[in-house]
Amino acid sequence: MGLIEAIILAVLAASTPLLLAATGELVTERSGVLNLGVEGMMIVGAACGFGGAWLSGSIIIGALCGIAAGVLMSLIFALMTLGLAVNQVATGLALTILGIGLSGLIGARFVGEKISPAPRLAIPGLTDIPMIGRILFGEDAFVYLSLALVIGVWFFLYKTRPGLILRAAGDNHASAHALGYPVLRIRLYAVMFGGACAGLAGAYLPLAYTPFFIPGMTAGRGWIALALVVFASWLPGRLVIGAYLFGAVTILQLHAQGWGVGVPSQLMSALPYLATVIVLVLISRARTGGSTAPAALGTVFVPDR
Amino acid sequence: MRKILVAATAAILATGAGLLSASAADKLKIGFIYLGPVGDLGWTYQHDLARLAMVKEFGDKVETTFLENVSEGPDSERSIEQLARAGNKLIFTTSFGYMEPTLKVAKKYPNVHFEHATGYKRDKNMSTYSGRFYEGRYIQGVIAAKMSKSGVLGYIASFPIPEVVSGINATMLGAQTINPNIKIKIIWANTWFDPGKEADAAKALIDQGADIIMQHTDSPAAMQVAAERGKLAFGQDSEMIKFGPKTQLTSIMNNWGPYYIERVKAELDGTWKSEDFWGGLKSKLVVMAPYTNMPDDVKKLAEETEAAITEGKLQPFKCPVIGQDGKEVECKGGTHLDDGQVLGMNFYVKGIDEKIPGK
Repeated sequence: MGLIEAIILAVLAASTPLLLAATGELVTERSGVLNLGVEGMMIVGAACGFGGAWLSGSIIIGALCGIAAGVLMSLIFALMTLGLAVNQVATGLALTILGIGLSGLIGARFVGEKISPAPRLAIPGLTDIPMIGRILFGEDAFVYLSLALVIGVWFFLYKTRPGLILRAAGDNHASAHALGYPVLRIRLYAVMFGGACAGLAGAYLPLAYTPFFIPGMTAGRGWIALALVVFASWLPGRLVIGAYLFGAVTILQLHAQGWGVGVPSQLMSALPYLATVIVLVLISRARTGGSTAPAALGTVFVPDR
Repeated sequence: MRKILVAATAAILATGAGLLSASAADKLKIGFIYLGPVGDLGWTYQHDLARLAMVKEFGDKVETTFLENVSEGPDSERSIEQLARAGNKLIFTTSFGYMEPTLKVAKKYPNVHFEHATGYKRDKNMSTYSGRFYEGRYIQGVIAAKMSKSGVLGYIASFPIPEVVSGINATMLGAQTINPNIKIKIIWANTWFDPGKEADAAKALIDQGADIIMQHTDSPAAMQVAAERGKLAFGQDSEMIKFGPKTQLTSIMNNWGPYYIERVKAELDGTWKSEDFWGGLKSKLVVMAPYTNMPDDVKKLAEETEAAITEGKLQPFKCPVIGQDGKEVECKGGTHLDDGQVLGMNFYVKGIDEKIPGK
């Protein structure tokens, strides 16, 4: 295996949890809801995902447990922000704190256990193609699933009527409501989808990336996913580029250290975040034509009956 | 923000614990402040194992309370004070960053005894204790050089503080006794704990030719990567053989138990006094996990090295120590570098090509 191939494979694995969580959050935010609890939903997804896989011996059941846990967490958020019209930012932050505590409680009995990670795909004929075979057909299924998910989300948002309605709810909930669309129900589904994706992203960590569970193992990836959605200016295509760029910078800075490139490692560790700030500046400077934030993002909607 | 809230929660829990245990007045109450969760499989986990060993030793003569996930710095002061106010007579604060807060609370509660891990500030009711982990690193260096086929060692470092730098140097000095041309690749993760990043660092080191992985970060992620790639690795802080049955060569285990038992015994006997304890292999604070996955001659060499360090015949930082710049380091300890030089180590030894970050 060549070095470049090895680096690309590492980037794919490092980017996948970011891409999964960010895809879910993108849909949530497109419906007008800002859920800052991604980190909390992820870590509970990680604990439940590992627990499910460890108890059942099946990666798929583990992934489903992670998704279910993420959805349950998001339902708490939905109850507060959609049902009781509580401030979304405060609720999202609280959800993260709750998730970190809860995952420690759920995961306590799984700490120190290990599972065999999700198997790498091996498609006869395809995986053996030199150079590209391992990259395109030889990683674990989650990697390709995350890409399929983004394509699906793009198709849904831009090529289907429900997708258009979802975007309308996020841009102007009053108009969408006046046209007779159930804004709160649309947002509920979007929040649940975000929870499912975050749960799966969290479960990816103990199921495929580092096959064990330790409290706090998401280590801030939920926050990066949130930044990615802004980085992508709420467009699925740019989200893919952003996620892989983040992954690439993270992996390359490690390799650069090994090669002895004379740049301080602290600066290189900060590079992905610097990149986000720079892109944010570029977006706000070039705010002509391109997509910007959903207009109703983060605002509470209470329908007048 | 998150950390503040976690600390606040911990403080509230501490108050609750204090109320619950108020009835047992005749027992010696002992408090512990932990940096991470007890299930971190590393630093905090080992402190908690020691607490349990101590409780087992003294049975119902003692009663312990611990607060986990207490962030370092000023926030921890409240948690430490809660323990003092709840009637704990002996309080262990188990991370470097609790140094100033512990000192402050110690001044406020002169009748309570404090034990601070890995710091350097003491008071008449505040002791310090730490481990000579570099002794274990030296043995690992010897083993690594024997076992490496590529002659390149991979080292995942956390932060460029003296403890980590002295660990890297001790590894290198040990390795050079076997192979003077051994190379070491160092990747700074800039974190103590991020399993994903630790795994990525291990992958990068292996992809760049390292065939032995060692780490100064806390999770078993690097061990798992080495296992998957068919390389060898060392555990960290605790026994990690479960994560690499065919991979782990040994692991430096932090064994705080005997120290905790000794100090609690002193407290019970009324003989506790402020001390500075820096224990290594000899005092069994640093313990090597069984030597595994290596041929018998390497195992024998490792055991001999361990015995020589334990008996004091071998000093990992024996003079002359040559710095990266080719100049000999001043030899303050007579035949070896003195404790102050090791505790403040901020240079690499000759043979390491890279620079310490920020220098």
